[in-house]
Amino acid sequence: MVSPVTVVLDPTDESRPAARTVGPRPDDLAGRTVGLLDIAKPRGDVFLDRLADLLTERGATVRRYAKPTFTKPMPTDLRAEITAQCDVVIEALAD
Amino acid sequence: MRPVTTTATTAASTGVEPPADGLVVVVKQDCPTCQLVAPVLGELVDRGATVYSQDDPAFPPGVEVRDDTALDASVALGIDVVPTLLRREGGRETARAEGWDRATWRELSGVADLGADLPDWKPGCGSRTHDPAVADAMLVRARGHELTARRVELAGLEDEAEALYDRGWTDGLPVVAPTPPRVLRMLAGTTRAPDEVVAVVPPNLVPATVEKVAINAVLAGCRPEYLPVVLAAVEAVCAEEFNAHGLLATTWGAAPAVLVHGPVARRIGVNSGGNALGQGTRANSTIGRAVQLVIRNVGGGRPGEVDRATLGQPGKVGLCFAEDEESSPWEPLSVGRGVPAGTSAVTVFATEGPRGVVDQISRTPESLARSLAVALRGVGHPKLAPGFDAMLVLSPEHVAVFAEAGWDRARFTAALAELLLLPPEELARGADGIEEGVPEPTRPRPKFRPDGLLVAVAGGGAGKFSAVLGGWVGGPGGSSPVTRVIEEA
Repeated sequence: MVSPVTVVLDPTDESRPAARTVGPRPDDLAGRTVGLLDIAKPRGDVFLDRLADLLTERGATVRRYAKPTFTKPMPTDLRAEITAQCDVVIEALAD
Repeated sequence: MRPVTTTATTAASTGVEPPADGLVVVVKQDCPTCQLVAPVLGELVDRGATVYSQDDPAFPPGVEVRDDTALDASVALGIDVVPTLLRREGGRETARAEGWDRATWRELSGVADLGADLPDWKPGCGSRTHDPAVADAMLVRARGHELTARRVELAGLEDEAEALYDRGWTDGLPVVAPTPPRVLRMLAGTTRAPDEVVAVVPPNLVPATVEKVAINAVLAGCRPEYLPVVLAAVEAVCAEEFNAHGLLATTWGAAPAVLVHGPVARRIGVNSGGNALGQGTRANSTIGRAVQLVIRNVGGGRPGEVDRATLGQPGKVGLCFAEDEESSPWEPLSVGRGVPAGTSAVTVFATEGPRGVVDQISRTPESLARSLAVALRGVGHPKLAPGFDAMLVLSPEHVAVFAEAGWDRARFTAALAELLLLPPEELARGADGIEEGVPEPTRPRPKFRPDGLLVAVAGGGAGKFSAVLGGWVGGPGGSSPVTRVIEEA
Protein backbone atom coordinates (compact mmCIF):
# COMPACT_ATOMS: atom_id res chain seq x y z
CA MET A 1 0.00 0.00 0.00
CA VAL A 2 1.34 3.41 -0.95
CA SER A 3 1.60 5.87 1.91
CA PRO A 4 -0.61 8.95 1.64
CA VAL A 5 0.97 12.12 0.30
CA THR A 6 2.12 14.76 2.76
CA VAL A 7 1.18 18.31 1.90
CA VAL A 8 3.59 21.02 2.99
CA LEU A 9 3.47 24.76 2.45
CA ASP A 10 6.19 26.27 0.31
CA PRO A 11 8.56 28.37 2.48
CA THR A 12 10.16 30.09 -0.52
CA ASP A 13 9.31 32.95 -2.86
CA GLU A 14 7.75 30.27 -5.10
CA SER A 15 9.84 31.28 -8.09
CA ARG A 16 10.94 27.73 -8.75
CA PRO A 17 8.54 25.07 -10.05
CA ALA A 18 7.07 22.89 -7.32
CA ALA A 19 7.39 19.72 -9.36
CA ARG A 20 10.85 18.57 -10.30
CA THR A 21 11.54 17.75 -13.94
CA VAL A 22 13.57 14.93 -15.42
CA GLY A 23 17.16 15.63 -16.39
CA PRO A 24 18.06 16.65 -19.95
CA ARG A 25 18.32 13.86 -22.51
CA PRO A 26 21.37 13.54 -24.76
CA ASP A 27 20.81 13.90 -28.52
CA ASP A 28 23.10 11.01 -29.37
CA LEU A 29 24.69 8.11 -27.51
CA ALA A 30 27.85 7.90 -29.65
CA GLY A 31 30.90 8.50 -27.48
CA ARG A 32 28.89 8.38 -24.27
CA THR A 33 29.05 5.89 -21.47
CA VAL A 34 25.83 3.96 -21.03
CA GLY A 35 25.29 2.01 -17.82
CA LEU A 36 23.12 -1.09 -18.04
CA LEU A 37 21.62 -1.95 -14.68
CA ASP A 38 20.37 -5.48 -14.18
CA ILE A 39 17.95 -5.38 -11.29
CA ALA A 40 18.40 -9.16 -10.89
CA LYS A 41 15.07 -10.28 -12.29
CA PRO A 42 15.16 -13.47 -14.37
CA ARG A 43 16.20 -13.03 -18.01
CA GLY A 44 16.91 -9.35 -17.57
CA ASP A 45 20.44 -10.27 -18.61
CA VAL A 46 19.22 -11.56 -21.98
CA PHE A 47 17.62 -8.22 -22.70
CA LEU A 48 20.64 -6.26 -21.50
CA ASP A 49 23.12 -8.45 -23.46
CA ARG A 50 21.29 -7.60 -26.66
CA LEU A 51 21.14 -3.90 -25.72
CA ALA A 52 24.88 -3.95 -25.02
CA ASP A 53 25.57 -5.28 -28.52
CA LEU A 54 23.35 -2.67 -30.16
CA LEU A 55 24.79 0.20 -28.13
CA THR A 56 28.36 -0.84 -28.82
CA GLU A 57 27.60 -0.98 -32.56
CA ARG A 58 26.46 2.65 -32.29
CA GLY A 59 29.63 3.86 -30.68
CA ALA A 60 28.59 3.92 -27.03
CA THR A 61 30.77 2.60 -24.22
CA VAL A 62 28.76 0.12 -22.16
CA ARG A 63 29.27 -0.59 -18.49
CA ARG A 64 27.32 -3.33 -16.73
CA TYR A 65 25.90 -3.14 -13.19
CA ALA A 66 23.62 -5.38 -11.16
CA LYS A 67 21.59 -4.92 -8.04
CA PRO A 68 22.12 -7.66 -5.43
CA THR A 69 18.37 -8.27 -5.38
CA PHE A 70 15.35 -6.76 -7.07
CA THR A 71 13.43 -6.74 -3.80
CA LYS A 72 15.35 -3.93 -2.23
CA PRO A 73 16.35 -0.45 -3.34
CA MET A 74 19.71 -0.15 -4.99
CA PRO A 75 22.64 0.21 -2.53
CA THR A 76 23.71 3.83 -2.18
CA ASP A 77 27.26 3.02 -3.20
CA LEU A 78 26.10 1.44 -6.44
CA ARG A 79 23.96 4.46 -7.27
CA ALA A 80 26.93 6.75 -6.63
CA GLU A 81 29.15 4.54 -8.77
CA ILE A 82 26.74 4.65 -11.71
CA THR A 83 26.30 8.42 -11.35
CA ALA A 84 30.04 8.94 -11.37
CA GLN A 85 30.83 6.60 -14.28
CA CYS A 86 27.93 6.97 -16.72
CA ASP A 87 26.23 9.62 -18.84
CA VAL A 88 23.09 7.56 -19.31
CA VAL A 89 21.62 4.54 -17.58
CA ILE A 90 19.18 1.90 -18.82
CA GLU A 91 17.47 -0.22 -16.20
CA ALA A 92 16.05 -3.63 -17.08
CA LEU A 93 12.75 -4.12 -15.34
CA ALA A 94 11.49 -7.01 -17.42
CA ASP A 95 10.82 -10.50 -16.11
CA MET B 1 -1.97 34.83 21.35
CA ARG B 2 -5.37 34.25 19.93
CA PRO B 3 -7.20 31.02 20.70
CA VAL B 4 -7.18 28.35 18.01
CA THR B 5 -10.87 28.30 17.16
CA THR B 6 -12.03 25.41 15.09
CA THR B 7 -15.74 25.92 15.05
CA ALA B 8 -18.35 28.14 13.51
CA THR B 9 -16.60 30.29 10.98
CA THR B 10 -18.45 31.47 7.93
CA ALA B 11 -16.10 29.74 5.52
CA ALA B 12 -16.41 26.45 7.31
CA SER B 13 -19.75 25.04 6.27
CA THR B 14 -19.09 22.68 3.42
CA GLY B 15 -21.60 19.87 3.79
CA VAL B 16 -25.32 19.50 3.85
CA GLU B 17 -26.89 22.60 5.31
CA PRO B 18 -28.81 22.07 8.56
CA PRO B 19 -32.54 22.69 8.36
CA ALA B 20 -33.44 26.35 8.36
CA ASP B 21 -36.32 25.88 10.78
CA GLY B 22 -37.10 23.54 13.62
CA LEU B 23 -35.26 21.63 16.28
CA VAL B 24 -31.81 20.15 15.78
CA VAL B 25 -30.06 17.73 18.14
CA VAL B 26 -26.39 16.77 17.81
CA VAL B 27 -25.23 13.65 19.63
CA LYS B 28 -22.50 11.06 19.61
CA GLN B 29 -22.68 7.45 20.64
CA ASP B 30 -19.53 7.73 22.72
CA CYS B 31 -21.14 9.99 25.33
CA PRO B 32 -23.04 8.77 28.44
CA THR B 33 -25.29 11.84 28.42
CA CYS B 34 -26.25 11.19 24.80
CA GLN B 35 -27.01 7.57 25.77
CA LEU B 36 -29.15 8.95 28.60
CA VAL B 37 -31.18 11.22 26.33
CA ALA B 38 -31.53 8.62 23.56
CA PRO B 39 -35.09 7.69 24.67
CA VAL B 40 -36.37 11.25 24.13
CA LEU B 41 -34.83 11.69 20.69
CA GLY B 42 -37.40 9.52 18.92
CA GLU B 43 -40.15 11.70 20.36
CA LEU B 44 -38.42 14.85 19.15
CA VAL B 45 -37.92 13.37 15.66
CA ASP B 46 -41.62 12.55 15.55
CA ARG B 47 -42.22 16.24 16.11
CA GLY B 48 -39.94 17.23 13.25
CA ALA B 49 -36.55 17.46 14.92
CA THR B 50 -33.38 16.60 13.01
CA VAL B 51 -30.82 14.46 14.84
CA TYR B 52 -27.18 14.39 13.81
CA SER B 53 -24.82 11.71 15.08
CA GLN B 54 -21.14 12.60 15.09
CA ASP B 55 -19.65 9.14 15.38
CA ASP B 56 -22.22 6.42 14.68
CA PRO B 57 -25.06 6.87 12.19
CA ALA B 58 -26.85 3.90 13.81
CA PHE B 59 -27.10 5.76 17.13
CA PRO B 60 -29.55 6.03 18.71
CA PRO B 61 -31.09 2.80 17.39
CA GLY B 62 -34.58 3.08 15.94
CA VAL B 63 -34.31 6.82 15.40
CA GLU B 64 -33.96 8.54 12.05
CA VAL B 65 -30.47 9.97 12.28
CA ARG B 66 -28.39 12.05 9.89
CA ASP B 67 -24.82 10.87 9.48
CA ASP B 68 -22.47 13.63 10.61
CA THR B 69 -19.33 11.54 10.95
CA ALA B 70 -17.72 14.04 8.54
CA LEU B 71 -18.70 16.71 11.12
CA ASP B 72 -19.88 19.17 8.48
CA ALA B 73 -23.13 19.93 10.28
CA SER B 74 -21.38 20.09 13.65
CA VAL B 75 -18.90 22.64 12.31
CA ALA B 76 -21.61 24.66 10.60
CA LEU B 77 -23.65 24.70 13.80
CA GLY B 78 -20.66 25.47 16.02
CA ILE B 79 -21.19 22.51 18.30
CA ASP B 80 -18.95 22.46 21.41
CA VAL B 81 -20.83 19.98 23.57
CA VAL B 82 -22.98 16.91 22.95
CA PRO B 83 -25.85 16.57 23.26
CA THR B 84 -26.80 20.03 22.01
CA LEU B 85 -30.40 20.94 21.33
CA LEU B 86 -30.94 23.90 19.01
CA ARG B 87 -33.92 25.80 17.79
CA ARG B 88 -33.54 27.38 14.37
CA GLU B 89 -35.83 29.89 12.71
CA GLY B 90 -35.33 31.26 9.22
CA GLY B 91 -31.84 29.78 8.98
CA ARG B 92 -30.69 31.31 12.26
CA GLU B 93 -30.25 29.81 15.68
CA THR B 94 -32.63 31.23 18.22
CA ALA B 95 -31.99 28.99 21.24
CA ARG B 96 -29.44 26.43 22.41
CA ALA B 97 -29.18 23.94 25.27
CA GLU B 98 -25.92 22.08 25.91
CA GLY B 99 -25.95 18.81 27.86
CA TRP B 100 -29.20 17.52 29.33
CA ASP B 101 -31.25 20.05 31.27
CA ARG B 102 -34.81 18.81 31.42
CA ALA B 103 -36.46 22.14 32.05
CA THR B 104 -34.62 23.84 29.21
CA TRP B 105 -35.20 20.96 26.80
CA ARG B 106 -38.94 21.01 27.64
CA GLU B 107 -39.09 24.77 27.10
CA LEU B 108 -37.13 24.60 23.84
CA SER B 109 -39.07 21.65 22.41
CA GLY B 110 -42.45 22.61 23.72
CA VAL B 111 -42.96 19.04 25.00
CA ALA B 112 -44.24 19.46 28.53
CA ASP B 113 -43.49 15.93 29.77
CA LEU B 114 -40.23 15.37 27.90
CA GLY B 115 -37.84 12.99 29.67
CA ALA B 116 -40.05 12.39 32.68
CA ASP B 117 -37.97 9.30 33.58
CA LEU B 118 -34.63 11.08 33.27
CA PRO B 119 -32.73 12.98 35.94
CA ASP B 120 -33.13 16.76 36.03
CA TRP B 121 -29.72 17.48 34.74
CA LYS B 122 -26.54 15.86 33.43
CA PRO B 123 -23.64 17.69 31.83
CA GLY B 124 -22.72 16.78 28.26
CA CYS B 125 -19.46 15.61 26.70
CA GLY B 126 -17.05 17.38 24.40
CA SER B 127 -18.11 17.56 20.78
CA ARG B 128 -16.15 15.28 18.47
CA THR B 129 -15.08 18.46 16.67
CA HIS B 130 -12.79 18.98 19.69
CA ASP B 131 -11.40 15.43 19.65
CA PRO B 132 -7.60 15.63 19.43
CA ALA B 133 -7.72 12.85 16.83
CA VAL B 134 -9.52 15.14 14.38
CA ALA B 135 -8.06 18.44 15.65
CA ASP B 136 -5.73 18.96 12.69
CA ALA B 137 -8.42 18.26 10.14
CA MET B 138 -10.82 20.57 11.97
CA LEU B 139 -8.23 23.32 12.16
CA VAL B 140 -7.51 23.15 8.44
CA ARG B 141 -11.21 23.08 7.68
CA ALA B 142 -11.88 26.15 9.80
CA ARG B 143 -8.86 28.27 8.92
CA GLY B 144 -7.21 26.63 5.94
CA HIS B 145 -8.65 29.29 3.64
CA GLU B 146 -6.34 31.81 5.33
CA LEU B 147 -3.29 30.04 3.88
CA THR B 148 -2.20 31.16 0.44
CA ALA B 149 1.30 29.67 0.15
CA ARG B 150 1.77 27.14 -2.60
CA ARG B 151 1.00 23.62 -1.48
CA VAL B 152 3.67 21.10 -2.34
CA GLU B 153 2.87 17.40 -2.27
CA LEU B 154 5.55 15.05 -1.07
CA ALA B 155 5.13 11.65 -2.63
CA GLY B 156 4.11 8.84 -0.33
CA LEU B 157 7.44 7.07 -0.65
CA GLU B 158 9.56 10.16 -0.08
CA ASP B 159 11.18 10.41 3.32
CA GLU B 160 9.85 13.66 4.71
CA ALA B 161 13.15 14.99 6.04
CA GLU B 162 15.02 14.00 2.89
CA ALA B 163 12.36 15.55 0.68
CA LEU B 164 12.62 18.92 2.41
CA TYR B 165 16.39 18.82 2.26
CA ASP B 166 16.28 17.91 -1.46
CA ARG B 167 14.12 20.95 -2.18
CA GLY B 168 16.80 23.21 -0.75
CA TRP B 169 14.65 24.46 2.12
CA THR B 170 17.05 23.71 4.96
CA ASP B 171 20.31 25.03 6.36
CA GLY B 172 21.75 21.52 6.36
CA LEU B 173 20.03 20.45 9.56
CA PRO B 174 16.69 18.64 9.48
CA VAL B 175 13.59 20.83 9.51
CA VAL B 176 10.02 20.31 10.69
CA ALA B 177 7.65 19.75 7.75
CA PRO B 178 5.47 22.88 7.41
CA THR B 179 2.14 21.12 7.04
CA PRO B 180 -1.00 23.27 6.97
CA PRO B 181 -2.05 22.32 10.54
CA ARG B 182 1.40 23.17 11.91
CA VAL B 183 1.47 26.50 10.09
CA LEU B 184 -2.03 27.33 11.35
CA ARG B 185 -0.99 26.54 14.91
CA MET B 186 2.07 28.74 14.42
CA LEU B 187 -0.11 31.58 13.13
CA ALA B 188 -2.15 31.36 16.32
CA GLY B 189 0.95 32.83 18.02
CA THR B 190 0.32 36.24 16.50
CA THR B 191 -2.61 38.62 16.19
CA ARG B 192 -1.29 39.79 12.82
CA ALA B 193 -3.14 38.72 9.67
CA PRO B 194 -1.46 35.95 7.65
CA ASP B 195 -1.40 38.08 4.49
CA GLU B 196 0.20 41.10 6.14
CA VAL B 197 3.60 41.91 4.64
CA VAL B 198 6.23 41.91 7.39
CA ALA B 199 9.22 43.06 5.39
CA VAL B 200 10.84 42.99 1.99
CA VAL B 201 13.55 40.38 2.34
CA PRO B 202 17.03 40.74 0.79
CA PRO B 203 18.79 39.74 -1.34
CA ASN B 204 15.97 39.19 -3.85
CA LEU B 205 13.76 41.83 -2.22
CA VAL B 206 10.79 39.50 -1.86
CA PRO B 207 7.85 40.62 0.30
CA ALA B 208 7.48 38.21 3.22
CA THR B 209 4.00 37.79 4.62
CA VAL B 210 3.26 36.74 8.19
CA GLU B 211 2.31 33.34 6.69
CA LYS B 212 5.70 32.91 4.96
CA VAL B 213 7.52 33.81 8.17
CA ALA B 214 5.30 31.35 10.06
CA ILE B 215 6.13 28.59 7.57
CA ASN B 216 9.83 29.19 8.10
CA ALA B 217 9.32 29.34 11.87
CA VAL B 218 7.76 25.88 11.65
CA LEU B 219 10.73 24.67 9.60
CA ALA B 220 13.10 26.07 12.23
CA GLY B 221 11.31 24.30 15.08
CA CYS B 222 9.76 27.35 16.77
CA ARG B 223 6.78 27.22 19.09
CA PRO B 224 3.83 29.52 18.23
CA GLU B 225 4.60 31.86 21.13
CA TYR B 226 7.99 32.64 19.56
CA LEU B 227 6.39 33.99 16.39
CA PRO B 228 6.02 37.64 17.52
CA VAL B 229 9.77 37.66 18.30
CA VAL B 230 10.60 36.12 14.94
CA LEU B 231 8.36 38.62 13.14
CA ALA B 232 10.02 41.58 14.89
CA ALA B 233 13.47 40.16 14.17
CA VAL B 234 12.66 39.66 10.48
CA GLU B 235 11.42 43.23 10.30
CA ALA B 236 14.59 44.49 12.00
CA VAL B 237 16.92 42.43 9.81
CA CYS B 238 15.24 43.78 6.69
CA ALA B 239 15.57 47.41 7.78
CA GLU B 240 17.68 49.46 5.39
CA GLU B 241 20.35 50.34 7.98
CA PHE B 242 20.91 46.68 8.85
CA ASN B 243 21.97 46.01 5.26
CA ALA B 244 21.21 42.30 5.28
CA HIS B 245 22.15 41.99 1.62
CA GLY B 246 25.66 43.32 2.23
CA LEU B 247 26.07 41.24 5.36
CA LEU B 248 25.05 38.14 3.43
CA ALA B 249 27.17 38.87 0.38
CA THR B 250 30.38 39.83 2.18
CA THR B 251 33.19 37.31 2.25
CA TRP B 252 33.37 38.04 6.00
CA GLY B 253 31.55 35.42 8.05
CA ALA B 254 29.24 37.51 10.22
CA ALA B 255 25.49 36.94 10.24
CA PRO B 256 22.40 38.38 11.95
CA ALA B 257 22.00 37.54 15.63
CA VAL B 258 18.94 38.30 17.75
CA LEU B 259 19.05 39.77 21.27
CA VAL B 260 15.67 39.62 23.02
CA HIS B 261 14.69 42.31 25.54
CA GLY B 262 11.92 42.63 28.10
CA PRO B 263 9.36 40.33 29.65
CA VAL B 264 8.74 38.29 26.48
CA ALA B 265 12.12 36.62 26.97
CA ARG B 266 11.19 35.01 30.25
CA ARG B 267 7.65 34.28 29.13
CA ILE B 268 8.65 32.23 26.12
CA GLY B 269 11.84 30.86 27.63
CA VAL B 270 14.70 32.64 25.86
CA ASN B 271 17.76 31.71 27.88
CA SER B 272 19.80 34.57 29.36
CA GLY B 273 21.55 32.45 31.99
CA GLY B 274 23.96 29.54 31.86
CA ASN B 275 24.93 28.56 28.31
CA ALA B 276 22.87 31.47 26.93
CA LEU B 277 25.02 31.51 23.80
CA GLY B 278 25.02 27.74 23.49
CA GLN B 279 22.76 24.87 22.64
CA GLY B 280 19.92 23.22 24.51
CA THR B 281 17.27 25.96 24.78
CA ARG B 282 14.60 25.69 22.15
CA ALA B 283 13.81 29.40 21.87
CA ASN B 284 17.49 30.34 21.52
CA SER B 285 18.14 27.60 19.01
CA THR B 286 15.11 28.19 16.80
CA ILE B 287 14.36 31.94 16.76
CA GLY B 288 17.67 32.90 15.18
CA ARG B 289 17.38 29.93 12.86
CA ALA B 290 13.92 31.02 11.71
CA VAL B 291 15.28 34.44 10.78
CA GLN B 292 18.10 32.85 8.79
CA LEU B 293 15.67 30.48 7.04
CA VAL B 294 13.53 33.47 6.01
CA ILE B 295 16.60 35.05 4.43
CA ARG B 296 17.45 31.77 2.74
CA ASN B 297 14.04 30.68 1.56
CA VAL B 298 12.11 33.91 1.03
CA GLY B 299 15.01 36.23 0.26
CA GLY B 300 16.95 33.62 -1.73
CA GLY B 301 20.18 34.18 0.24
CA ARG B 302 22.09 30.93 -0.01
CA PRO B 303 25.71 29.99 0.60
CA GLY B 304 27.64 29.72 -2.63
CA GLU B 305 25.17 32.03 -4.33
CA VAL B 306 24.74 35.53 -2.87
CA ASP B 307 26.30 34.38 0.42
CA ARG B 308 30.02 34.53 -0.42
CA ALA B 309 31.49 33.92 3.06
CA THR B 310 35.10 32.74 2.96
CA LEU B 311 34.73 30.66 6.10
CA GLY B 312 31.39 31.40 7.71
CA GLN B 313 30.85 30.34 11.31
CA PRO B 314 28.45 28.08 13.24
CA GLY B 315 26.32 31.02 14.45
CA LYS B 316 25.09 31.41 10.89
CA VAL B 317 22.63 28.62 11.58
CA GLY B 318 21.05 31.10 13.96
CA LEU B 319 22.05 32.90 17.15
CA CYS B 320 19.56 34.20 19.69
CA PHE B 321 19.77 35.00 23.39
CA ALA B 322 18.30 37.40 25.92
CA GLU B 323 19.82 39.96 28.27
CA ASP B 324 19.49 38.95 31.91
CA GLU B 325 17.63 42.10 32.82
CA GLU B 326 16.36 40.78 36.13
CA SER B 327 19.76 39.98 37.62
CA SER B 328 21.72 42.71 35.91
CA PRO B 329 22.70 45.63 38.17
CA TRP B 330 22.56 47.90 35.14
CA GLU B 331 19.86 49.51 33.08
CA PRO B 332 18.93 47.16 30.22
CA LEU B 333 20.70 47.65 26.92
CA SER B 334 17.31 48.18 25.27
CA VAL B 335 16.55 51.27 27.39
CA GLY B 336 19.69 52.93 26.10
CA ARG B 337 18.43 52.17 22.61
CA GLY B 338 15.16 53.98 23.19
CA VAL B 339 12.90 51.16 24.31
CA PRO B 340 10.76 52.01 27.37
CA ALA B 341 11.67 49.96 30.44
CA GLY B 342 9.56 46.82 30.73
CA THR B 343 8.79 46.74 27.01
CA SER B 344 9.65 43.70 24.92
CA ALA B 345 11.85 44.23 21.91
CA VAL B 346 14.55 42.69 19.76
CA THR B 347 17.91 44.01 18.67
CA VAL B 348 19.50 42.41 15.64
CA PHE B 349 23.22 42.82 15.12
CA ALA B 350 25.83 41.39 12.82
CA THR B 351 28.14 38.96 14.53
CA GLU B 352 30.73 36.33 13.82
CA GLY B 353 29.93 34.53 17.06
CA PRO B 354 31.34 34.56 20.59
CA ARG B 355 34.90 34.38 21.79
CA GLY B 356 35.54 33.99 25.52
CA VAL B 357 37.52 36.46 27.62
CA VAL B 358 39.14 35.10 30.81
CA ASP B 359 39.88 37.34 33.77
CA GLN B 360 39.69 35.50 37.07
CA ILE B 361 42.04 37.82 38.96
CA SER B 362 40.81 41.41 38.56
CA ARG B 363 38.82 42.68 41.52
CA THR B 364 38.90 46.37 40.60
CA PRO B 365 36.87 47.90 37.78
CA GLU B 366 39.97 49.60 36.37
CA SER B 367 41.83 46.31 35.98
CA LEU B 368 38.89 44.38 34.58
CA ALA B 369 38.05 47.15 32.12
CA ARG B 370 41.61 47.00 30.83
CA SER B 371 41.34 43.21 30.36
CA LEU B 372 38.12 43.55 28.42
CA ALA B 373 39.54 46.39 26.31
CA VAL B 374 42.52 44.26 25.31
CA ALA B 375 40.16 41.48 24.25
CA LEU B 376 37.93 43.90 22.34
CA ARG B 377 40.91 45.31 20.50
CA GLY B 378 41.27 41.99 18.72
CA VAL B 379 37.93 42.34 16.92
CA GLY B 380 38.62 42.13 13.18
CA HIS B 381 42.31 42.89 13.66
CA PRO B 382 44.09 44.56 16.61
CA LYS B 383 45.54 47.16 14.25
CA LEU B 384 42.30 48.15 12.53
CA ALA B 385 40.36 51.01 14.13
CA PRO B 386 37.66 51.99 13.77
CA GLY B 387 36.32 49.15 11.76
CA PHE B 388 34.03 46.44 12.91
CA ASP B 389 31.26 46.77 15.48
CA ALA B 390 31.08 44.34 18.38
CA MET B 391 28.87 43.02 21.15
CA LEU B 392 30.37 42.46 24.59
CA VAL B 393 28.44 40.01 26.77
CA LEU B 394 29.38 40.55 30.39
CA SER B 395 28.93 37.62 32.73
CA PRO B 396 27.31 38.15 36.14
CA GLU B 397 30.62 37.76 37.99
CA HIS B 398 32.28 40.35 35.78
CA VAL B 399 29.50 42.92 35.85
CA ALA B 400 29.40 42.56 39.65
CA VAL B 401 32.97 43.89 39.86
CA PHE B 402 31.82 47.11 38.20
CA ALA B 403 28.52 47.38 40.04
CA GLU B 404 30.13 46.87 43.47
CA ALA B 405 32.54 49.69 42.71
CA GLY B 406 29.66 51.97 41.76
CA TRP B 407 30.23 51.92 38.02
CA ASP B 408 27.06 52.15 35.98
CA ARG B 409 26.73 51.27 32.31
CA ALA B 410 27.62 54.79 31.16
CA ARG B 411 30.79 54.94 33.23
CA PHE B 412 31.84 51.49 32.04
CA THR B 413 31.37 52.28 28.34
CA ALA B 414 33.15 55.64 28.76
CA ALA B 415 36.10 53.87 30.41
CA LEU B 416 36.23 51.32 27.60
CA ALA B 417 36.11 54.06 24.97
CA GLU B 418 39.06 55.77 26.62
CA LEU B 419 41.05 52.53 26.82
CA LEU B 420 40.24 51.77 23.20
CA LEU B 421 41.49 55.09 21.85
CA LEU B 422 44.47 53.55 20.11
CA PRO B 423 47.78 55.36 19.45
CA PRO B 424 48.62 55.91 15.77
CA GLU B 425 52.07 54.42 16.04
CA GLU B 426 50.54 51.07 17.04
CA LEU B 427 47.99 51.08 14.21
CA ALA B 428 50.20 52.11 11.30
CA ARG B 429 50.78 49.69 8.48
CA GLY B 430 54.08 47.99 9.11
CA ALA B 431 54.03 48.69 12.86
CA ASP B 432 54.97 45.69 14.99
CA GLY B 433 56.23 43.96 11.85
CA ILE B 434 52.68 43.56 10.53
CA GLU B 435 51.78 44.98 7.16
CA GLU B 436 48.07 45.12 7.97
CA GLY B 437 46.96 48.30 9.72
CA VAL B 438 45.72 51.84 9.22
CA PRO B 439 47.42 53.80 6.37
CA GLU B 440 49.41 56.69 7.83
CA PRO B 441 47.38 57.44 10.97
CA THR B 442 48.17 60.79 12.57
CA ARG B 443 45.87 60.85 15.61
CA PRO B 444 44.66 58.33 18.17
CA ARG B 445 41.74 56.43 16.73
CA PRO B 446 38.79 54.85 18.53
CA LYS B 447 38.48 51.08 18.12
CA PHE B 448 34.73 51.41 17.75
CA ARG B 449 32.60 54.06 16.08
CA PRO B 450 30.10 55.81 18.38
CA ASP B 451 27.39 53.23 19.24
CA GLY B 452 29.53 50.57 17.58
CA LEU B 453 29.95 48.57 20.79
CA LEU B 454 26.89 46.98 22.39
CA VAL B 455 27.13 45.68 25.95
CA ALA B 456 24.68 43.12 27.34
CA VAL B 457 24.66 41.15 30.58
CA ALA B 458 24.04 37.40 30.37
CA GLY B 459 25.40 34.08 31.47
CA GLY B 460 25.50 31.65 34.35
CA GLY B 461 26.19 32.62 37.95
CA ALA B 462 29.66 31.09 38.10
CA GLY B 463 32.62 32.00 35.93
CA LYS B 464 34.73 35.11 35.56
CA PHE B 465 34.43 34.84 31.81
CA SER B 466 32.77 37.24 29.42
CA ALA B 467 32.46 37.01 25.66
CA VAL B 468 33.28 39.25 22.73
CA LEU B 469 31.10 38.84 19.67
CA GLY B 470 32.94 40.52 16.85
CA GLY B 471 30.72 42.06 14.20
CA TRP B 472 31.16 43.51 10.76
CA VAL B 473 31.82 46.94 9.28
CA GLY B 474 29.59 49.27 11.28
CA GLY B 475 27.53 52.21 10.20
CA PRO B 476 26.39 53.45 6.79
CA GLY B 477 29.16 51.57 4.97
CA GLY B 478 28.18 48.30 6.59
CA SER B 479 25.53 47.24 9.06
CA SER B 480 24.04 49.04 12.03
CA PRO B 481 22.26 47.17 14.82
CA VAL B 482 18.49 47.63 14.65
CA THR B 483 16.05 47.52 17.56
CA ARG B 484 12.33 46.94 17.14
CA VAL B 485 9.66 46.91 19.82
CA ILE B 486 7.48 43.78 19.76
CA GLU B 487 4.12 45.51 19.64
CA GLU B 488 2.02 42.50 20.53
CA ALA B 489 4.26 41.11 23.30
